[in-house]
Amino acid sequence: MNFSIYDFTSFTQWIDKFLYDNLPAFWAVAVEMVIIGLLVLVFYAMVGLFLVYAERKVCAFMQNRIGPNRVGPYGFFQTIADLFKLLMKELVYIKNADKLLFNIAPFIVIIASFMAIAAIPFAKGLHAIDFDIGILYVIAVSSLGVVGILLAGWSSNNKYSLIGAMRSGAQIVSYELSVGLSLVTIIILAGTMQFSAIVEGQANGWFIFKGHIPAFIAFIIFLISSTAETNRGPFDLAEAESELTAGFHTEYSGIKFAFFFLAEYMNMFIVASIAATVFLGGWMPFHVGGWQGFNHIMDFIPPFVWYIGKTFFIIWVMMWFKWTFPRLRIDQLLTLEWKYLLPINLVNILIMAFIVLMGWHF
Amino acid sequence: MTPNQLMFAIFSAVIIIFSILTVTSRRILRAATFLLFVLVATGGLYFLLRFNYLAAIQLTLYAGGIVVMIIFSILLTSHIAEKLEAPDLKKIIPALFAAAGGALITIATILQHKFPVEVIAGSNRTDIREIAKSLISTEKFGYALPFEVISILLLAAMVGAIILAKKRKD
Repeated sequence: MNFSIYDFTSFTQWIDKFLYDNLPAFWAVAVEMVIIGLLVLVFYAMVGLFLVYAERKVCAFMQNRIGPNRVGPYGFFQTIADLFKLLMKELVYIKNADKLLFNIAPFIVIIASFMAIAAIPFAKGLHAIDFDIGILYVIAVSSLGVVGILLAGWSSNNKYSLIGAMRSGAQIVSYELSVGLSLVTIIILAGTMQFSAIVEGQANGWFIFKGHIPAFIAFIIFLISSTAETNRGPFDLAEAESELTAGFHTEYSGIKFAFFFLAEYMNMFIVASIAATVFLGGWMPFHVGGWQGFNHIMDFIPPFVWYIGKTFFIIWVMMWFKWTFPRLRIDQLLTLEWKYLLPINLVNILIMAFIVLMGWHF
Repeated sequence: MTPNQLMFAIFSAVIIIFSILTVTSRRILRAATFLLFVLVATGGLYFLLRFNYLAAIQLTLYAGGIVVMIIFSILLTSHIAEKLEAPDLKKIIPALFAAAGGALITIATILQHKFPVEVIAGSNRTDIREIAKSLISTEKFGYALPFEVISILLLAAMVGAIILAKKRKD
C-alpha cells in the first residue's frame, strides 16, 4: 500500500500525540473516549437513518412501487421526518408492566450493538479498538442483545410480546452457533482473530476466493444465519405482524420503539460489515495475487469506499431476502438450523482444516 | 487517580451493588437481570487486565449463555405478578452470619497474601495459540485429560437431557 493518503494511522496518532502533549494523561484518555463515542454515535444514527430509507426504497423496488418520494429529493429526508415524529410521540405508560425491566430492555439491545461496532475496522487506521480476539469479541457482545429482547417481551405483560420474545430467543440462541462456526472456518484459514490481521491477510485475494469451496459455503451459511440472528425476514417470526401484532416490541412507543428499530438495522449493518471484513476483504481493495498493475489501479479507490460498498452490497442482499422469501414457521426455522446448517458447518470446518493443513489454499 | 483505577472502582461498585440487589430482589427476573450486570462488569474487569480472551469468554458463556438460559426458564415458568415471599427473621440471621463469615475469611486471606509484583514482558497479551496448544497437550501444563473428561461429562449430560425430554411410549 503506497497510498499513505488513504491511511488514517498517522492522522489518529497525530491526534493522540497532540492530546497527550497538551493534557494530563487522565484527561487525554477521557477526551479520546468522548471523541470516539461521539463519532460512533453520529455514525450510528446516520447509518440507521439511511438504512431505514434504503429498506423502504428497496422494498418498493421489489414490489414495483416508488416508495418514499415526497420529503426532499427522492424522499431522502423521509426518515429524518419519521425520526422527529418518533421523538415527539408519547411514551405510553403500561400499568401492569414491570417498569424497571421495561425501561432497561431497549438500552440493553442498543448497547450490545454499540459495543460490537467499536471493534469493526472501517479503513486502515480507522478502527476504535483492535482486539487480538476481534471476532470472538463481536460474537460475545452481540449475544447480549437477546437479553434485551427477552426482557422486553416478558416485562410488557402481554401474550403477544411474550410469544414473540420466546420465539426470538430460541431463534437467536440456535443461530448464534452457525454464525460462530462459519466464522471459525475463516479463522482457521486466516490463522488469527484480529480484525486488522484478517484484513491484511486478504491483500492478495479475499478469503472467499482463497479458501475455495469451504469458504464459499461458510459465507452462505453466515448470510443465512446472520439474517436469522438479526430477526429479519424471512426469519422475522419474532415480530410476525400478521399473528403477533409486533412481537416483543408491541407495547413500546415513541423513542423506546425507535431504539429497537434502530438496533435492528444497526445489527444488520454490523453483521454485514463482519461478512464484508471476514469474507470479502473489508477495506482491502480487490486484489489478484501477482497482477501488479491491476492491484495498483484498484488501490486508487479509497479503502473506506471499498468497505462501505461491500457492506451495502451485503445489506442489499439481506433486504432482497426479506422482500422475496415467505416467512418460515418456527419448526422449519429450527429444523433448518439444527438438521442442516449445523452439520454442514461442522463438516465444512473439518474440510477447511484439512485444506489449510495440506496447504491447498492460495 | 489513573483511568484504570477509575474504571476498576466503577466496575467493582457495579459488581458489589448488583450482587446485593441480585440476592435481595423479590422479583425473580429482576434478580436475573442484576446477575447479568454483575457478570458483564466482571468481564469488564478482565478487559481492564488485558485478559481479552477470558473477558470475551465471560461475556459469551455467562452473560450471553447462562443468563439467557436462566431468563428463558423464568419466562416459561413464572408470571409477571409473582413476587417471592420475604424470608422470615429465622432465615435472615443465619444467612447474614454465613455471608459475613465467608467475607471475613476471604478478606483475611487476601490481606495476608503478599501479591508479588512483577511485570513479565509481553504477558499482557493472551495468545490464543498458547491456550489452544495447552488445551490439547499431554505434557506438563497440558489440559488434554481434563478436556476429555469434561467432554464425557457434557455428553452424559446431553444424553440425560434427551432421555428426560423424550416422550414415553407407554
